Amino acid sequence: MSEITAEQVAHLAYLARIDLSPLEITNLTHDLGQIVDSIAKVSEVATADTPATSHPMPLTNVYRDDVVVPSLTVEQALSGAPDRAGDKFRVPAILDEE
Amino acid sequence: MANSELMDFDKALELFEPVLGFEVHVELNTKTKMFCGCANEFGSGANTNTCPTCLGLPGGLPQVNKKALESSIRLGLALGCEIAEHSRFARKNYFYPDTAKNFQTSQYDDPICHDGSITIELESGRLVTVEIERAHMEDDAGKLTHMGGATGRIQGADYSLVDYNRGGVPLVEIVTQMIEGAEHDAPEIGKTYVAAIREIAKALGVSNARMEEGNVRCDANVSLRPRGSNVLGTRTETKNVNSLRSVERAVRYEIQRQAAVLHAGGTITQETRHWHEDTGITSAGRPKSDADDYRYFPEPDLLPMAPSREWVEELRLTLPEPPAARRKRLQAAWGFVNLEFQDVVNSDLLDAVEATVAAGASAQSARKWWTGEIARLANVAGVAADSLVTPAQLAALIALVEAGTLTDRLARQVLEGVIAGEGTPAEVVERRGLAVVSDDGALIAAIDAALLGQPDVLAKIRDGKVQAAGAVIGAVMKAMRGQADAARVRELVLERAATIE
Repeated sequence: MSEITAEQVAHLAYLARIDLSPLEITNLTHDLGQIVDSIAKVSEVATADTPATSHPMPLTNVYRDDVVVPSLTVEQALSGAPDRAGDKFRVPAILDEE
Repeated sequence: MANSELMDFDKALELFEPVLGFEVHVELNTKTKMFCGCANEFGSGANTNTCPTCLGLPGGLPQVNKKALESSIRLGLALGCEIAEHSRFARKNYFYPDTAKNFQTSQYDDPICHDGSITIELESGRLVTVEIERAHMEDDAGKLTHMGGATGRIQGADYSLVDYNRGGVPLVEIVTQMIEGAEHDAPEIGKTYVAAIREIAKALGVSNARMEEGNVRCDANVSLRPRGSNVLGTRTETKNVNSLRSVERAVRYEIQRQAAVLHAGGTITQETRHWHEDTGITSAGRPKSDADDYRYFPEPDLLPMAPSREWVEELRLTLPEPPAARRKRLQAAWGFVNLEFQDVVNSDLLDAVEATVAAGASAQSARKWWTGEIARLANVAGVAADSLVTPAQLAALIALVEAGTLTDRLARQVLEGVIAGEGTPAEVVERRGLAVVSDDGALIAAIDAALLGQPDVLAKIRDGKVQAAGAVIGAVMKAMRGQADAARVRELVLERAATIE
């Protein structure tokens, strides 16, 4: 059985800023454990001569030329912002008062 | 954070050995951002250069800017690095409002450049080789403005504003290996190393390399270990060190601060520290430990890069002469003593002097004008010296002086005319009527008048008291409104005094 613990899931949830209920943590601990087990099974089959792959497509060197294309307007860019001040995004204080 | 918490620098060095490391970010001057076609411009209206990709909106799909990759490889080659045959991007995950995607697209285990070194020369002549661990590509964050606090700092701010124009601009982060054996030179090594990186980036043309605009930024890692110990001390990483002088001061400050803490029996916290330019101190930021869990993973939206060896070799051929070698060559060719040469380098006038010499001027004249009168005028106007006149204009002016058409004093007036846009030096001479009067007829008339006007002086000169001629020369120069060659006037005065009736 996997080594994923509820503490790890809670920590991960904190890092990802996802607010999980105790029930969700229990369920995710189980689900993530199964995923880790499945990957371990694949690793058993993959021998040393199987290179690690980070992409499913055997493609490299796909580039874009350094040519400017039109950007969004300021209004478009800010249209989804919860808060703004002039042409800038406005965000809550970053540091807590200490 | 009183200065009493600092140990004397020499004493700190007596008790501890400093170990350094630097991370220098170089902002590339590509036309567009790293992963999207938004313009890479400094000073545009807030949030005018953004798109779904650099704002991290759903559907945004990044693509690597080939020019940015090329610039990164050239920078790596200039730093003596190996260029990876296989390289890829990774996500560095963290939440901070200047990073719209909630991750930085960076490189983790396959950086594009690795294992290089550069040798820097300190003022003492000491050569220090700084090993480069890696130089990797990543994208820049947006710009935050902290509002509501008394100082404009993040501490005590009520809220912050974000401009994402800089978000996604290509950066190369150059990471050194540990630098040991720096000793008393530690602060100077920091300054000289960052200066060398800046100079190389500028010579390559891959960055505007202006520290005041944030094109080159430095994080300085400092740790101390007691003399005789082989165990590394805990390091701090001082961020926001954005001028050469600040790098020097920040390294010195951290050595003195850490030495005081350690000597008093305390321990150094591994943390990020902020450099404050105004007060010259560092202050604690967040501790490193709770933010270092970045969960790097390969960026799924970008394909791996495998720069061909042929391309890398082609790029190697485009490298300019290394700046340090170029300085040595130019100093030897120009025959400048160290002080003269440093003056040119420190004023950022190497290119200007070189171009002026190439346009036909003597090196000493070019140096004298650029670091003298032109630098003075530029200083008054608050602009860069090389923005006032072109090397070709200055070379033409120097040629007029050397031909005897202008005295230095007249040449300064011509220079002002050139700067004011009145034309070439020759045209300014013509329009302002500034040429030295070399027509002996006009001079002789003025000299005769002056001699006859001062018979006592004339008598003294005839008696062999040559120094008396000064009064006549002065009168003649005045009459000619300075537009005469004083040496020629003196010659003629003595000649006329002997023959005048």
